[in-house]
Amino acid sequence: MTSQLDYTLVVGLEIHVQLSTRSKLFCGCAVEFGASANSRVCPVCLGMPGVLPVMNRQAYEDSVLVASALNCKIAPFTKWDRKSYYYPDLPKNFQTTQYDLPLSYDGFIEIPIENAGPKRVRITRAHLEEDAGKNLHSSGPFSQVDLNRTGTPLLEIVTEPDLNAPAEVKALAMELQRIVRYLGVSEADMQKGHMRFEPNINLLIRKEGREYKTPITEVKNLNSFRALERSVAFETQRQLDAFCETGKTMVSGSKTTRGWDDGRQVTVLQREKEEAHDYRYFPEPDLLPVEMDAAWLKRIQSRLCELPLQKQTRFVHAYRLSPYDAGVLSADRATADFFEKTVGHGAEPKRVCNLLTQVGLKLANERDCGLVELGLTSRAVADLVLMVTRGEVSASGGNTLLEHMVTSGKRPEVLADELQLLQKSDSAELEIIVDKILQEQDKAVAEVRARGKKAKKAQGFLLGQVMQRTGGQANPQVVSELLAKKLS
Amino acid sequence: MEQKITESQVEKVAQLSRLALTPAEITEFTGQLESILEYVAKLNELETDHVEPLAHCLPITNCLREDEIRESMGAEKTLANAPQRDGPFFRVPKILDDHSGP
Ligand SMILES: [Zn+2]
Repeated sequence: MTSQLDYTLVVGLEIHVQLSTRSKLFCGCAVEFGASANSRVCPVCLGMPGVLPVMNRQAYEDSVLVASALNCKIAPFTKWDRKSYYYPDLPKNFQTTQYDLPLSYDGFIEIPIENAGPKRVRITRAHLEEDAGKNLHSSGPFSQVDLNRTGTPLLEIVTEPDLNAPAEVKALAMELQRIVRYLGVSEADMQKGHMRFEPNINLLIRKEGREYKTPITEVKNLNSFRALERSVAFETQRQLDAFCETGKTMVSGSKTTRGWDDGRQVTVLQREKEEAHDYRYFPEPDLLPVEMDAAWLKRIQSRLCELPLQKQTRFVHAYRLSPYDAGVLSADRATADFFEKTVGHGAEPKRVCNLLTQVGLKLANERDCGLVELGLTSRAVADLVLMVTRGEVSASGGNTLLEHMVTSGKRPEVLADELQLLQKSDSAELEIIVDKILQEQDKAVAEVRARGKKAKKAQGFLLGQVMQRTGGQANPQVVSELLAKKLS
Repeated sequence: MEQKITESQVEKVAQLSRLALTPAEITEFTGQLESILEYVAKLNELETDHVEPLAHCLPITNCLREDEIRESMGAEKTLANAPQRDGPFFRVPKILDDHSGP
């Protein structure tokens, strides 16, 4: 029954990105993942009476940079507010965040959609706030609190409910990850909690000429792109089922929170006291507002670069790569730059792409490093590709050579010689061998000349014989051409 | 400001602030809060139609610090005032219905 309903999925995202500053947002404590518990804490972190927070310039500028990349308007005047908070991981009893005058608003992000052009998703606002510490739930009647993360700068980004498929939600998350990594403002590692996504999900159902909106749920505890995508798909089905069962529709302003259970792949309703979320914002008197002027904004925006999706699209057009390949190469900025440098030395783009994506990135993964940390120079890779293009080594020989270049650090032509991967392309020399094979294999020769069903197979057999006789070192293309000429 | 503060409003605010008040305290604080609000309401007598909204009481902006690390206090000092500790952690009553985090 549910499958017959006509519906649209409606999703907006609330995103937190941890900025990779050295120190915290309001004090000089180090931001450090995995430091021993409560070792990166000072009176400001603890909210001791009389302490004064002072804004980290880098955190503010990085926020403005991301907001600019997301096409947001940058507020000329911005201030911070206190939001009531009653968990022990923020001992001040409030979170310092931004309420009515966020540092940026009204932007958009373009996300790649498979088999279609990019989709534009509106950004409501992006503002700068502090993170809370960590509550650890051990067994027994107590919880443990570690305040190291308290005061870490977080950029909160809120999108309009413009996403209409689980795949779109995932695409936005991945695109944002690429953007903040390109800009160098966050490691954006989801497992480490550098990026947290909370989708707000409901459905617009059309039934018998009327429209119904299902109650909104917010999903928390999503630690991977996969979990994000699956939780949205799960909620879609759950809300459809719930609508068919109860017919309940959205009550304005209310929403429920559900937690993602990764083990069971379901969302679970989280218990919540009524009116628990009355945040009672009020202006933070201890922090001074920030005023942005044109010169400062220009200085910050000079750090903008070509964004990943623009680069991907350009790679498709300029180098005739598939969108998939272009996406792999533009996933990080250093890899994309290395690719372009290699192509700049005159190497054929498609071959460079294959070599880097099929061999280079595999080697980098095995070593748990980036492609550019393999010790390869773009010049050496370009020379290798040129050898393949000229037929001096085969494509598979090229792959082997790249692996050896990484392990030995030697030049491709030296290795090709050492590993006997040089192909014979000299047609005069190959012609002698071809003639010999043709004499020996008169049956196959007859089959090719008869142009019957067996002709193609026989020609392949002859090519194989030549390759075998040369110890695999003949250039198969040159041999094929010779065979075709002689058997025509 | 004509509307007076009610006991149910005080009850709600107390609940939001995780304060357990007795009925006698609620009555007492309702009276106190009311007189505070009455006092502040005097501000409404001012003519503010042509006054720009003020986001901060100080006429200063852009007080920023460079992103430099300063030494923290260390876990021992951090935990010195903790009512209860559990190794290097603060120990608190078990958190039920945990919606912590921004
Ligand atoms: Zn601190």
